[in-house]
Amino acid sequence: MASTPVWRRGRFLFLLLLPIPAFFLSLLIGAYPLPPDVALNIFFSKLLYPIFQYPSTPVQESVIFDLRLPRILLAMLGGIALSVSGASLQSLFKNPLVDSYILGVSAGAGLGASIGIAFLPDVPGSPQILSFAFGFLAFLISYYVAKSKGETPVVSLVLAGVIVTALFSAGLSIIKFFTDVNRMAGVVYWLMGSLAITGWSAVLSSAPFIIVSFVLIYLMRWRLNVLSMGDEEAKSLGVNVQRDRLIILIATTLMVSAFISVAGVIGWVGLVIPHTIRMFIGTPDNRLIVPMSACLGSVFLLLADDIARSVTSFELPVGVITTLIGAPFFLYLLKRRGGNVWK
Amino acid sequence: MEVVRINDLFFSYNGDFTIEGVTISVGKGEVVSLLGPNGSGKTTLIKCINALLVPKHGKVIVAGRDVMNYSRTDLAKMIGYVPQSHEPSFPFTVSDVVLMGRVAHLDIFQQPSRSDYAKADAAIKTVGLERLRDKPYTQISGGERQLALIARALAQEPLVLILDEPTAHLDFKNQIQTLQIIRKLSRDRDIAVILSLHDPNHALLFTDKTALMNGGRVVAFDEPGKVINRDNIARIYGIDVDVVSHRGHALIMPSIASNACLR
Repeated sequence: MASTPVWRRGRFLFLLLLPIPAFFLSLLIGAYPLPPDVALNIFFSKLLYPIFQYPSTPVQESVIFDLRLPRILLAMLGGIALSVSGASLQSLFKNPLVDSYILGVSAGAGLGASIGIAFLPDVPGSPQILSFAFGFLAFLISYYVAKSKGETPVVSLVLAGVIVTALFSAGLSIIKFFTDVNRMAGVVYWLMGSLAITGWSAVLSSAPFIIVSFVLIYLMRWRLNVLSMGDEEAKSLGVNVQRDRLIILIATTLMVSAFISVAGVIGWVGLVIPHTIRMFIGTPDNRLIVPMSACLGSVFLLLADDIARSVTSFELPVGVITTLIGAPFFLYLLKRRGGNVWK
Repeated sequence: MEVVRINDLFFSYNGDFTIEGVTISVGKGEVVSLLGPNGSGKTTLIKCINALLVPKHGKVIVAGRDVMNYSRTDLAKMIGYVPQSHEPSFPFTVSDVVLMGRVAHLDIFQQPSRSDYAKADAAIKTVGLERLRDKPYTQISGGERQLALIARALAQEPLVLILDEPTAHLDFKNQIQTLQIIRKLSRDRDIAVILSLHDPNHALLFTDKTALMNGGRVVAFDEPGKVINRDNIARIYGIDVDVVSHRGHALIMPSIASNACLR
């Protein structure tokens, strides 16, 4: 950091600014026909009122501010949640194949949220709370199944995650079976991972959790480096490993489950983004990886959602797009790097 | 002045004692070696000193206080621990690794400051790794990695340095160099050093006292010249050696008389 090479500073700046063009591009995309200049004028007229004013219809305004803007913000927040949680978990477990999806946290959070949506529609916040509780439960099961002699080997952890995901997916099938037919479509669509049926309420109910968790992890980003050296070394260096690990695990579960409870299960972002960042800036230092993953993650999910809502005449679930990009990317990574995914 | 005192320490794993009644004391600026065959309890003892393992009974006192009563953070300001070198998972630079030694001096949400960098750089200089400062820790040799870990422990600014087989997997030159640096550090900075070794001659050449370990016990604890002799070596290693004197230094070699050397 003290002597960051110039090329790295350049890339750093590029990543930091990338969300801005992505944001404006996304503001122009949508089913409702709105010329780009009109869309931008409407946006800025509200932002800069009364310095700059632009005549627009209530419908046009609504398209920008009630449909596109909340969706854009949710996509960006989701990208941050998924990629930063992935980066944190990879460091914590010294394991390149780990993210919230692989560990079964996503499936757990999905089951929790769907119980809330299907059975407790009158209890406000029930999808969020159940999503967090089940997500954390899923993580604990994966972790303790995989743990032996104080170590959590790569293969055990991935396998445990597969088993836990299967278990919670089965639970989900049962929920679907008992769900009222009228609610069924909502649950199924939500499960595929989509930002289509969102609005300000989804943003407002998930943003606080995602932002608070991100700030926590951001503040502990250097400590993540120390934790990635393994339990014994981190302890010897003076880290209260149990406490710090718990804080990071709760923060990651919180941010992921808050997002899942409004947008469904969206996979692969947490694997693809941190790896891309590590390759792009050539360091495992989490002081850079955490903020840069947040930037690229928000752009990635935003653009994936742009594709999901514009490439066909109907909406594709964005989870399908992230999987279509993420799975081949990871295969390439594994093949090219001969299993050594870090470098 | 006594910095570390280990008093009648017992450690058991699943009911089997792996350390029994160990008593050792280490003073300021003193280098104490733990010498003994594999499985004699050296690593276990080192982990007890660093409070990574909890003894069944007995105490390890560092700077007048039981290590079990320190917080992890406070203990890390007292003890710098150099683990057996290992294959790291992440390609952190040497500088990044050494900087981690500062974590005990920082709060949970604090980032290392300029002065932490300065201390890390000073530690890197002490072990002579300046030219590898920005190299990935995964791409340097075993000996260099060992030195980086020593620098990291120095960045902790400890009173005590404990090293688990610092010469393991090093070539001949790096073994000697590493031991020389440790010896010099202890003299220059009054650091108490405890290290485990495999080669009795290293203990003779570089350490002030040797604890000879066998079967979880310390069978002898004194100056290396008094501890490392024919009888003791035969007893714990089961081989015949000759003690020779070279320029006033006692050294041992496999016994020629008993045909231990076949050539």
